[in-house]
Amino acid sequence: MDLDALGSCLAMPACVVTQTTSGLIVGMLLFLVAAGVTLIFGVLKIINFAHGTFYMLGGYVAYSVLGATDSYALAVVSGALATALGGVVFERALISRVYGSNVLMQLLICYAVVLIFDDLVKMVWGPEFHAMGMPSAFQVPPLFIAGGVVPPFYAVLVGIAALIAIVLALGLSMTRFGKTVRAAAINPQMVSALGINTTVLFAIVFAIGGGLAGLAGALAAPVRSLSSGMGFSILIESFIVTVIGGMGSIAGALVASLMIGMVRGFGTIGFPGFTDGLIYILMIAVLLLRPQGLFGRTL
Amino acid sequence: MKSRPALRDAAIATLALIVVLAIPLLHRSPAFEDFIIRLSAMALFATSLNLLIGNAGMVSFGHGLFYGLGAYAFALTMQLTELSLPVAIVVAMLITALAALGVGAICVRLGTDYFAFITLAVQMLFYSIIISWQSLTGGDQGLRGGIPRREIFGFELASQLHLYQFCAVIAVLGLLVLRHISASPFGQTLRMIRDNENRAGFLGIVLWRARLAAFTIAGAFAGVGGVLAALFVSGAYPELADWPNSGQAIFAVMLGGVNSFLGPVLGAMILLALNDVVTRFTEYHGLVLGLVILGFALGLRRGVLDFLKVAWPGRSR
Repeated sequence: MDLDALGSCLAMPACVVTQTTSGLIVGMLLFLVAAGVTLIFGVLKIINFAHGTFYMLGGYVAYSVLGATDSYALAVVSGALATALGGVVFERALISRVYGSNVLMQLLICYAVVLIFDDLVKMVWGPEFHAMGMPSAFQVPPLFIAGGVVPPFYAVLVGIAALIAIVLALGLSMTRFGKTVRAAAINPQMVSALGINTTVLFAIVFAIGGGLAGLAGALAAPVRSLSSGMGFSILIESFIVTVIGGMGSIAGALVASLMIGMVRGFGTIGFPGFTDGLIYILMIAVLLLRPQGLFGRTL
Repeated sequence: MKSRPALRDAAIATLALIVVLAIPLLHRSPAFEDFIIRLSAMALFATSLNLLIGNAGMVSFGHGLFYGLGAYAFALTMQLTELSLPVAIVVAMLITALAALGVGAICVRLGTDYFAFITLAVQMLFYSIIISWQSLTGGDQGLRGGIPRREIFGFELASQLHLYQFCAVIAVLGLLVLRHISASPFGQTLRMIRDNENRAGFLGIVLWRARLAAFTIAGAFAGVGGVLAALFVSGAYPELADWPNSGQAIFAVMLGGVNSFLGPVLGAMILLALNDVVTRFTEYHGLVLGLVILGFALGLRRGVLDFLKVAWPGRSR
């Protein structure tokens, strides 16, 4: 523990800006993954333990596409589209078979998918760590805000994630499709009886969830290293996000993701080596004080 | 049902123990003895988990915490103190039981879905503590330096034969106790909660208290499994508390059958054998294991023993 370092960092605008930026990056990437987890749970009551796999695949697909075309925009789009498609296939081929059966079956199927894809990634891309490197378009001098260093890519990344958050929130609350999704979350039979094809709806929800995770993976690829098994740590964190924010709440996922991001950003200064522990403590505190999560309905 | 099921169980356990102990007298096979040692750890681990899954309907994805904690608590007790081996095992069991009580106090009131991944998150917290507390646990290198060999009752656990006998005895005893617990009124209570928690609540059962008791017992016995694992590897490694280990236990439970007491033991046997065979042929053993799991989950939809029970409905248990 190093509270002096934390205090002196908080006193310096430059340090605050730098740590806030790195916290924002962590939080926004986490939000993209967790939003999918919470959306899928909210509508389908399925805990997608395989969600980290989409994040991993998005990163790897983007890595390969960037290598082949040298266009980062194309890499991100193809990473997101590939995992959206993967989400549909996963839902139709596997998860749709265990709707309504107990959580053990769902867990096992997701566990199997994680094992299979971790090995498939090793077979295709090799077991070693990969670094995508900063795309050439972003290899420009960093911005300076109040003396703090902010790489332009970080700003773009946060901007994209914030845009997605707004589109997702407005889409769910204002559009007809969003209303249908929210209705299906409460009573799928009734929605189906009203003539809406819930099979297609559920597949779309999985496509959105998978696509968001893949997008996060593609956006994370330049700033993090790629490895088989990279999906798992972000999966655990996105579970924590859904617990803190409340299951099925997009706003809760955003707030909780940013909280975790800030704990990571500033925790590395005040509590080096124990930031993971801080996050778990945060989660346990929320569980004890408000078990349904900050934005959740009562359990 | 026979009139004295406890006696019958004890007789079966004694018989099984005699057979297992007699095998090395007739034929020594290091590979087989290794297998039984690993199986005894895994069988306790999986069967204790099934007290939660099969009896109480609580799907814990973080049971590896107690397996790993048992291993670390035991290995550290042996390294740091002069206590004898049986005392160290009891200490390790107490520590895991206390930890399970603490974790359970947070988790057992949650709904099924939350429960599954909060247990997972708590396990990963424990895992990150192991990794970061290097001075005590040796970090990601694992706890090295071996476990001091203290002779007990003329046993020298450095000898593979003695370790084999020791593990077999502990595992059979542990399974017998778990069997007794699951057949007791307490076990019946858990099954009632699993099948209809509202009705159980109306009958005056305090749901969280029964669940917490089950969680604590299961944690303690997983800890004993961890002790055997620590004896086998002569140390403790963070992998023991990592999530794939919990996944393996769940798979063993499911593979053998959740509704049969011996299902998890059979599942652990199949899983270990499968791992041994697969790793001999390919480095991608996760791929093969994943496909097998998918086959079981989507094809059979229940474990082997449960499947046989449905196929021959005449026999109970």
